[in-house]
Amino acid sequence: MNENILPQQFQAQNWLKQLTIMDWLFAVAMLAGSVYAYSQYAAYMDEYEVGILFASAVALIGLGWGWKPSRTLFVAVAVLSLFAISLYNPAMQALAAKGITGQAAIDILTNDKQQSKFFLKFLISSQSATMWMSALFFMATVAYFIELFGRSSFAGKVASAMVWSAVTMGLVGLMVRWYESYLVGSDIGHIPVSNLYEVFILFAIITALIYLYYEMRYETRAMGGFVLLVISASVCFLLWYHFEKGASEIKPLVPALQSYWMKIHVPANFVGYGGFALASMVGVAFLIKERALRHNPAGLMATRLPATDILDDVMYKSIALGFAFFTIATVLGAMWAAEAWGGYWSWDPKETWALIVWLNYAAWLHMRFTKGWRGTPMAWWAVIGLFVTTFAFLGVNMFLAGLHSYGEL
Amino acid sequence: MNKTQPQKIQRQPSKKSILLEFLGSMNLAISILVVLAVASIIGTVLQQNQPYNDYIIKFGPFWHDVFSSIGLYDVYSAIWFLLLLGFLVLSTSVCIYRNTPVMLREMQQFRLHAKAKSLKSMKHTSEWRVASTQTTAAHLIQKAKLYMGQYGFQLRDEVFDDHHTLVAKKGGINRLGYILTHVGIVVICIGGLIDGNLSLKVKEWLGEVKIETRDILANEVPAISRLKPDDSLSFRGSITLPEGSSSNFVFLNVRDGYLVQELPFAIELKNFRVEHYESGQPKSFESDLLIHDKEYGNDFEAMISVNHPLIYRGYAIYQASFGDGGSQLELMVRPLFSSEELKPKKIKAVVKKSASITTSNGQYVLEFDDFRKFNIFPNTDKSVNKRFVNYGASIVFKARDESGQAREYVNYMSPIKLEGRYFYLTGMRETVNEDFKYLHIPVDANATMERFFKFHAILNDDKRVLQMAQATVGGGIRDADKNNLALQQQVTQAMVRLVKLFRQGGYIAIDKDIQAKVPKEKQQGIAKAYMGVLQTALQNMYLLVLREEGIDISKGISDAESVFFEDAVSALAGLGYYGTPFYLQLVDFEQRESSGLQIARAPGKNIVYLGCLLLIIGVFMMFYIAQQRFWIMVVKAEGGTALDVIFAGSTNRNEFGFNKRYQNFAQQLKALLSDNE
Ligand code: HEM
Repeated sequence: MNENILPQQFQAQNWLKQLTIMDWLFAVAMLAGSVYAYSQYAAYMDEYEVGILFASAVALIGLGWGWKPSRTLFVAVAVLSLFAISLYNPAMQALAAKGITGQAAIDILTNDKQQSKFFLKFLISSQSATMWMSALFFMATVAYFIELFGRSSFAGKVASAMVWSAVTMGLVGLMVRWYESYLVGSDIGHIPVSNLYEVFILFAIITALIYLYYEMRYETRAMGGFVLLVISASVCFLLWYHFEKGASEIKPLVPALQSYWMKIHVPANFVGYGGFALASMVGVAFLIKERALRHNPAGLMATRLPATDILDDVMYKSIALGFAFFTIATVLGAMWAAEAWGGYWSWDPKETWALIVWLNYAAWLHMRFTKGWRGTPMAWWAVIGLFVTTFAFLGVNMFLAGLHSYGEL
Repeated sequence: MNKTQPQKIQRQPSKKSILLEFLGSMNLAISILVVLAVASIIGTVLQQNQPYNDYIIKFGPFWHDVFSSIGLYDVYSAIWFLLLLGFLVLSTSVCIYRNTPVMLREMQQFRLHAKAKSLKSMKHTSEWRVASTQTTAAHLIQKAKLYMGQYGFQLRDEVFDDHHTLVAKKGGINRLGYILTHVGIVVICIGGLIDGNLSLKVKEWLGEVKIETRDILANEVPAISRLKPDDSLSFRGSITLPEGSSSNFVFLNVRDGYLVQELPFAIELKNFRVEHYESGQPKSFESDLLIHDKEYGNDFEAMISVNHPLIYRGYAIYQASFGDGGSQLELMVRPLFSSEELKPKKIKAVVKKSASITTSNGQYVLEFDDFRKFNIFPNTDKSVNKRFVNYGASIVFKARDESGQAREYVNYMSPIKLEGRYFYLTGMRETVNEDFKYLHIPVDANATMERFFKFHAILNDDKRVLQMAQATVGGGIRDADKNNLALQQQVTQAMVRLVKLFRQGGYIAIDKDIQAKVPKEKQQGIAKAYMGVLQTALQNMYLLVLREEGIDISKGISDAESVFFEDAVSALAGLGYYGTPFYLQLVDFEQRESSGLQIARAPGKNIVYLGCLLLIIGVFMMFYIAQQRFWIMVVKAEGGTALDVIFAGSTNRNEFGFNKRYQNFAQQLKALLSDNE
């Protein structure tokens, strides 16, 4: 044997070579999609936004390559959204000929008894897609608990499929809403991350996506019910907000929000919130498991929930992910504030609470890495962290006055 | 010679190292993090930097003094808060100082000297035997090297007496992440400190600078409250510029007062624009500025808008707000009660200034707070296919009487369509917490309020009221009573009295009168009779108005005219509660807007951004680049000729993922290193 060559079966595969034809097709599709979006909508973008568009395409390709199932998700969202747009375009033109435009025309196409378009009314207008997302999340929550208590792996598979579908519908809802906002008025159009209603959808989607990733990595669905509880809670809020307050109406942006910063600041923030929320629910699962092990080691919870060190690991990983993105989001927020308010840090309540959340998790990470704390106290801390985070996310808007203009209840 | 045994040196830890130990301890760090978080909460719950009067009202004078002396109204620049931040910086710096050498060493170390025993006790470890007839330790290590080398590990091996060790290492940069993260924090704090303008605090403390709390003109502010351009390394101030004016200073709000910060250049506002959405919400604010810089000999124009500031000489000029910059108003004062003088007269006024009016009720000071060119509301009129309607221009002002009491008014310039008819709207409220209550003045056929005020003038003219009453009574009385002069007079007087009551306080005044003078059981009957009399009187006065307008009423009056009558009577009934003895009609205006600018200098900003960059890179390196080490040790088996291979691994992140990797390597290496070839 040649001293310097390993036998074939021991040779490492170059990661590029591990990419399949589907991976390449996916990459081409994403790039083509962004070029197409550029060709269609360049007029609405400034140079930063063009940069963000292509950077997102690259990020999506990276995500798709690193986590294969997400490729299907992105393609499905793109196809459904384009389908919705293709339904809107001619129908809006026909109505415009009759002098009906903007929100009134959208209402007709999505709601009217006679003139509405079937698919828009029942499936893929932003309203319907969001409703589907909500329903699917509720059903998935139930299904996960059936799998947990009923030991039914079929229910578990159904639950996962529902979460994937819910995420798809949620993303379609946002994409179509984005388009609809331009149909309401070309000066009104904006990315749908500008108010509390829209970011609640985003929150549900991102939390679910992070969960799905861990579900696959750790090959367990037993955490699903717990995580879906917090998602369902946010969906409940969303529905209340929609039906009671009419929050789903597309409104124009105040001048301070008209900035490309919003496109990166808000999503980064919600990866942060999503990670923290996930960690807290895994913390709940941890506490239940730990208690079950002490009191009833042969019981359902003790045997069905994942091992404590897996839960601990997921908890750490999602807090780390949340912390990293929350750091980015806060920095981006400071840079935006420097441009819009004249100072990168004003001790505005929202800013300050972001700092509090951040310090809280910094302390959590230190306890884990320098003091080696594990297990129960960290799980409790993660659960409490959710309250701190929720206050920063919602409470500040409800109770404290400040410069942050979006999302007053 | 010293016969004693060489003593084990029990070195007393020096004071310095105890201090460093304390400052760099995790307990201190976490305590500071938590205390800072709690202190920050206070600042969000207690609204910061409000007028001190508001605090006094809220907390009472005692707690107000306590709170203000411990800096709770401006927590984030209170001494103790800054000290806390300082401690965080110090503690983090000590941490970096102590840990960096360790971390750097750890980054580079391969740990080739690890003993077999310690490798076997690791979390990820395995062992297998290879018959040595087929191979040598060096050969095995060589193969392992080739194998591990493929995965981008750094490799190092060494031959020892009885074994040969290979170490494959990766991700040392994780430790660099620690350093970057914590250096980032320190850098951010330093940048923040520079921008925190400590020098101003020191000057204030030394008494070189004093806060101005009086409401005086900027050029009257004494030198001790003024800062020269070079006095402040950093600041953030604001100024409101009306169109056409310019300024070379800004105001810095400090606690319950302000300072004047001079700029090395002047900013002139040439023009200000607000664009609106269809819904009336502002879409964009833009200011056209002209910068006059004598020092640099620079004069140039620049446009700024929200999210698009101008940066000049290290000063950033931001669009912050907008308002009225002193619009010129032309107003018609229409007296409501002075029976002697009901002639309207014109006055001029300027928004943000005040004017005064003398009436028979005394003098009123009018404070013109705001002028709006548009008032856009959702459309409620189903007959028009529009989502929003524009109610046109309006003014907001306060009218303060001699006792100092003020009411607030909002008056619209043009008539507004409500329930199919047009009205001039004027709203009044007594305190800012209430909603405005509106008076609806109906318009005549020419869309003016002339007819209404003619009607109102007759109603308020005692002579004409009497004439009208006499004519009405004389014409309407039964023949049998023709000669009963006493009765006639009585009825006439009653009518006049009712009209007077009505114009003072509408139906409510009449109702009160009845309650006071008439026994309970008769009240209802009397009320009905009074209403009949009043109605007749009002109708007859209204007919007078129509006749004066030259309208032929012989065939009765039109629907429109009778609707006008109803509306006019409702408005007249409300006038008694309007508050001022005049109505201010907005006749004409010339708008002048003002732009609220914020001007900041923050030389620490780029330092902060650099710190942020270090922090972000560091955090990602720490979380996502795991330090991994694998040991492959080949040992001569005891007493035999075989070789024992020990394969161990360790990481500081992501044990779960690492374990998968380890298992994979172990399986392949086992096959590779016992391969019989
Ligand atoms: C606001 C201030 C600070 C922030 C945001 C911060 C952030 C972090 C983060 C994110 C980690 C990584 C945790 C992990 O490994 O997952 C970390 C680790 C660490 N920090 Fe800090 N830190 C701060 C202040 C300090 C201070 C004051 C000290 C010193 C007492 C310190 C000492 C350490 C140590 C020793 C580690 C562990 C490194 C390791 O072994 O992995 N940190 N810090």
